[in-house]
Amino acid sequence: MTDITNAPGPRSPHRTTELIAGTLKRRHAKEARLKWIGLGAIGIAFTMLFILIASLVSSGWQAFAQTHISVAVYIDPQEVPAENLPRGGFDDVLAAAMAQMLPDADTDDRATMRSLNGILSNGAQFSLRDQVVANPDLIGQTVTIKVPVSDPFDQLNKGLIDRDTIEQNRRVTDREIAWFDTLKDQGAISKPFNWALFTNADSRFPELAGLKGALVGSFWVLSICFIISFPLGIGSAIYLEEFAPKNKLSDFIEVNINNLAAVPSVVFGLLALAVFIGWFGMPRSAPIVGGLTLALMTMPTIIIATRAALKAVPPSIREAALGVGASKQQVVFHHVLPLAMPGILTGTIIGLAQALGETAPLLLIGMNAFITSAASSPFDSATALPTQIFIWADSPERGFVSRTSAAILVLLGFLMLMNAVAIYLRQKFQRKW
Amino acid sequence: MTFTKVSVSALALMAVSATTAAARDEIRIVGSSTVFPYTQAVAEQFSNNTGAPSPIVESTGTGGGMQIFCGGIGESHPDITGASRAMKPSEFELCQQNGVTEVSEALIGFDGLSLAISRANDFAWDLSLAEIYLALAAQVPVDGEWADNPYTMWNEINPDLPAVEILAYGPPPTSGTRDAFVELAMHAGCEDLPFVQDGGFDGDWVGENCSRMRTDGPFVEAGENDNLIVQRLEADANALGIFGYSFLYENLDKLKGVMIDGIDPSIETIADKSYPVSRPLYFYVKNAHRGVIPNLNEFIEEYMSDDALASDGYLSERGLVALAEDRREALQEAVLNGTAMTAPE
Repeated sequence: MTDITNAPGPRSPHRTTELIAGTLKRRHAKEARLKWIGLGAIGIAFTMLFILIASLVSSGWQAFAQTHISVAVYIDPQEVPAENLPRGGFDDVLAAAMAQMLPDADTDDRATMRSLNGILSNGAQFSLRDQVVANPDLIGQTVTIKVPVSDPFDQLNKGLIDRDTIEQNRRVTDREIAWFDTLKDQGAISKPFNWALFTNADSRFPELAGLKGALVGSFWVLSICFIISFPLGIGSAIYLEEFAPKNKLSDFIEVNINNLAAVPSVVFGLLALAVFIGWFGMPRSAPIVGGLTLALMTMPTIIIATRAALKAVPPSIREAALGVGASKQQVVFHHVLPLAMPGILTGTIIGLAQALGETAPLLLIGMNAFITSAASSPFDSATALPTQIFIWADSPERGFVSRTSAAILVLLGFLMLMNAVAIYLRQKFQRKW
Repeated sequence: MTFTKVSVSALALMAVSATTAAARDEIRIVGSSTVFPYTQAVAEQFSNNTGAPSPIVESTGTGGGMQIFCGGIGESHPDITGASRAMKPSEFELCQQNGVTEVSEALIGFDGLSLAISRANDFAWDLSLAEIYLALAAQVPVDGEWADNPYTMWNEINPDLPAVEILAYGPPPTSGTRDAFVELAMHAGCEDLPFVQDGGFDGDWVGENCSRMRTDGPFVEAGENDNLIVQRLEADANALGIFGYSFLYENLDKLKGVMIDGIDPSIETIADKSYPVSRPLYFYVKNAHRGVIPNLNEFIEEYMSDDALASDGYLSERGLVALAEDRREALQEAVLNGTAMTAPE
């Protein structure tokens, strides 16, 4: 009989348990540490995201409201003769209306009248003109119009101008502040939601500037990008996944598609500048060029997503279809592609969301121009959301600081919407085998 | 099958777009980012007044604008370029080579380059151009030798200045603002140095040796975004910023201008040239495009109108320093009549 405990040979079960018990505490501690590090990483990521969103909201929320003023304007037939329309002294008519609301203003002084007019946005005279041109009977009558106030007064009303700074150091004088307070007491000032942010195109004047041009431009760019990259991307993926022989050439193509997905976007911009604009002679700043450029960028993403989705369709489905006599084309279009569609759409939407936020290639092809009207076709000049943010971020007027943040929030909103659609599609149409 | 249809229409669209020669009915403008806001203002006013399509204004920088502008004649080339300096002989040459022979030059006004500092800084900053040069240049005279810049504190340059580290944010070399700053402040400051004056060096020597900004830390290139410089100045009360006067004008509640030789930057001092660092702003227009591109003549009339250019015009409200009246009238006449410029020296 051998003494088990003393024998060299295999370890006794008892000793192993002891060994395990001895290290157990340390292993548990390691596990807890890993868990906490992971949680910490998530915490840091969320804090960053929170800081980003919070800083955008804190500087951008003010731009979603715009100070307006209601003015009762007497359209003096002497200043605005019907036969001269659309030309006429609309600014003088407005200044007179302002003077009436502010009795202490000296109406004979040109400088006073100018600063009275300065309370109103520069767009006021044009919106009044458009009203009168549309309805010339208004001449000789008094109409009440509600127009934006100019940017310094908007800032004042939003509390962004410190009234305690020395007069020379702020954009509004003491006298103008007094006027504004009088108008406020009269109830002429209101601060409704800033619809102009979505219905106006770009402007030099922050109170008139909006995102319509950029939204329309982004729409055209993304449409072109989708029309080009979606069929081409799916076509290449189907060939590579279903038809291509497995050889060196198809490996080479696959590696290069993956490389293409990693090429910095500015390179595509330079390519577009040289090829589309330089060689093909397409117009600068046009969404068609932007769309083509972004299509080049989005295509690899779509190809990769589509191939992954096609791979996920079980081979049994293909074999069953082939077994009942379907041709390869029928197998792909009748069975594999419909089943892979949710994955393809998710990949496509994520690719398009990436394209929506892309700035560098658009800067190179001149989509950062100043354009005061929305594009009516992909061949017109336009900006896109990210380039509009770029332009506003570089503008000296104070009102553009909050508008830049507001535009970023709008862009983020669209990105979240697109990602939500992708998630919804995946959830709704996903099949489990 | 819809799939095929989509593919075919996509290809068709590509084919169409490739062959469409851009028949355009709007004016295209490129050029300096400093002239950009003024051109924008005129473009918007013009479009509001006449109902014509608004000109497309693109900010490409002065040099980039000249390259595109001088690319040729025809609808695919821009009609106007803005510049924060006069056209260089090499650019004039390029224009001539590409058939852009008749160009009108319009000097629209002046822009001050301001040095600014946060209002949180209590010191009354007043620098001479020579002090600015000594603080920011790559090479300065040290003990009678031309050597790398050793200064790190302002009081090493002038004992009356505070004992704080030299730190200035400024534009990158691609910017017209930088070109102007080097030419107007650095070269002038360099010429004021006793070393240069006594040494009998000429303008070529100054251009060769006094053009480089230091790269060892005190001068920081802050990119083209001037609002970013404004934010950095707010964060650091001892930092100076270099940018166009319009940015100082918009931010006077946060920033104050640094006096140069005792002169505060303001519309008045820039206009009467007593503030030494101011530069002319130009635009250039192709005469061959006049009467061909719709509305181009009307746009130039708007740009040249008293409403825009006069000292109480709407461009002045944006920070442009207007020309004196007699000069303005001569300019209006020359530009409206399409007088072509001669080769610059």
